[in-house]
Amino acid sequence: MRLYLKYLSIHIKSQMQYKVSFYLTVIGQFLTSFSAFLGIYFMMTRFNKVDNFSFSEVLLCFAAVLIAFSLAECFGRGFDAFSGMIGNGEFDRIMVRPRNEMFQVLASKLELSRIGRLVQAIIVFAYAIPASGVVWSADKIITLILMIISGVIVFSGLFVIYAALCFFTTEGLEFMNIFTDGGREFGRYPLSIYGEGILKFFTFVIPLALFQYYPFLYLIGRSDNTLYMLLPLIGFIFLIPCYAIWKIGVRHYKSTGS
Amino acid sequence: MKKYLSFFRIRLINGLQYRTAAYAGIATQFAWGFMEILMFNAFYNADAAAFPMEFSQLTSYIWLQQAFLALFMTWFLDDEIFSAISSGNIAYELSRPIDLYTMWFTKNLAIRLSKAALRCMPILIVAAFLPRPYGIVLPANFLVFSVFLITMLLALFTVVAFCMLIYIATFYMLSPLGIRTAALSLTEFLSGAIIPLPFLPDNVRKIVEFTPFASMQNLPLRIYSGNIAGSEMLWSISLQVFWLTMLVLIGKLWIKKALKKVVVQGG
Repeated sequence: MRLYLKYLSIHIKSQMQYKVSFYLTVIGQFLTSFSAFLGIYFMMTRFNKVDNFSFSEVLLCFAAVLIAFSLAECFGRGFDAFSGMIGNGEFDRIMVRPRNEMFQVLASKLELSRIGRLVQAIIVFAYAIPASGVVWSADKIITLILMIISGVIVFSGLFVIYAALCFFTTEGLEFMNIFTDGGREFGRYPLSIYGEGILKFFTFVIPLALFQYYPFLYLIGRSDNTLYMLLPLIGFIFLIPCYAIWKIGVRHYKSTGS
Repeated sequence: MKKYLSFFRIRLINGLQYRTAAYAGIATQFAWGFMEILMFNAFYNADAAAFPMEFSQLTSYIWLQQAFLALFMTWFLDDEIFSAISSGNIAYELSRPIDLYTMWFTKNLAIRLSKAALRCMPILIVAAFLPRPYGIVLPANFLVFSVFLITMLLALFTVVAFCMLIYIATFYMLSPLGIRTAALSLTEFLSGAIIPLPFLPDNVRKIVEFTPFASMQNLPLRIYSGNIAGSEMLWSISLQVFWLTMLVLIGKLWIKKALKKVVVQGG
């Protein structure tokens, strides 16, 4: 952990060397996800409700997913850019060091500019938290925090799988985008609006609904089932298969030789 | 003319080599389109009366959008050009007896066309076999289809002409990434890539439809399904031709000005 903090401070220092460039990228990131927000805004003002969720409820869901995704991307960027690491032989260097490979990949990159997205998510939260009509008792606050933490973990798990698949293909697989970027884009709305089948898929195969949909129902008072509040914890288990795929990948690894 | 044609051919053939990447892309685009349609379906079920176009028009819009994504996405830019500008390799390009604007333009056209050619057919075929109203429907008649093809080509030109302005702007900016992503994401929204323009409130939509961005994917995709027809269609096409000419003119004048000032640092 101390070592990771050390890595973090180095990354922060190095990115702060180019301050103007850094701030511009942050603003860019902010505006990028702003167009997604505009999409929701115009759709919800036209239709008022979708699947009986109101605008401010959808915003709550949108902000939770956006926070989780941007945190996961901020810290898990090393996995996202992993194909480059295999391509240029960087991973060979990692393997000879006496530390866990996964730790080193995790620490190899930190994308601070993702703060732009985070800022936007927080602004949306600032609007949606009072507007959603939720009475913010302790259990609701805990639910929201669990949703976000679990979201970070599930998205990071997806980044790990994405990276692990690079061991077999040496290139990033575009198809994984449907779960990472797609999870962000389609997670703007509660997953039930896509229908029963999709909801099941995102519950049992890719557990996005565990942190996005079920606890969300509890949060807005659509369900009293306290089990729903704790479902995000099950999302943590998702890391086990992710880690297994990673391990298989490492064993399978052949250097590209460059 | 001949030299630009051969640039075009080289790029096209080059682009057609990446078939495995294309298969992965097809699967992604298909899943993406499917999810989009389910999302709009939920809104349709929420309030069908507020739906601004027929549902089958929307599904055609989305499948065509996914099939021809490579033609229309404004953020799909040629990194070679950016690195040529920032690394100074552009000096070599300048010493050749070619027009830089025309060369970049044809290169971009070829890259986009090759990408789209590999991807569009499988998506369109599968979408055609999906049950109504989730699949793609045939256009009303042959005339509509030919107008669709023509406006799609013009839309492609418009997109590339717009991207040229972004390349040229790089001459003036040292760290263009932030502004670029911001501008492009707004462009995406205005061109109807995130939600089709009819879903905007009327007063906003009317303004957006005057901008060059509405001449990109918005126009051909809506002509295909008959959402834009008659006099509105003629008006939109003239606007499209106008914006295309403007963008090309601005680009050509601007690159001339930029190249006069360009200082290639040695090394």
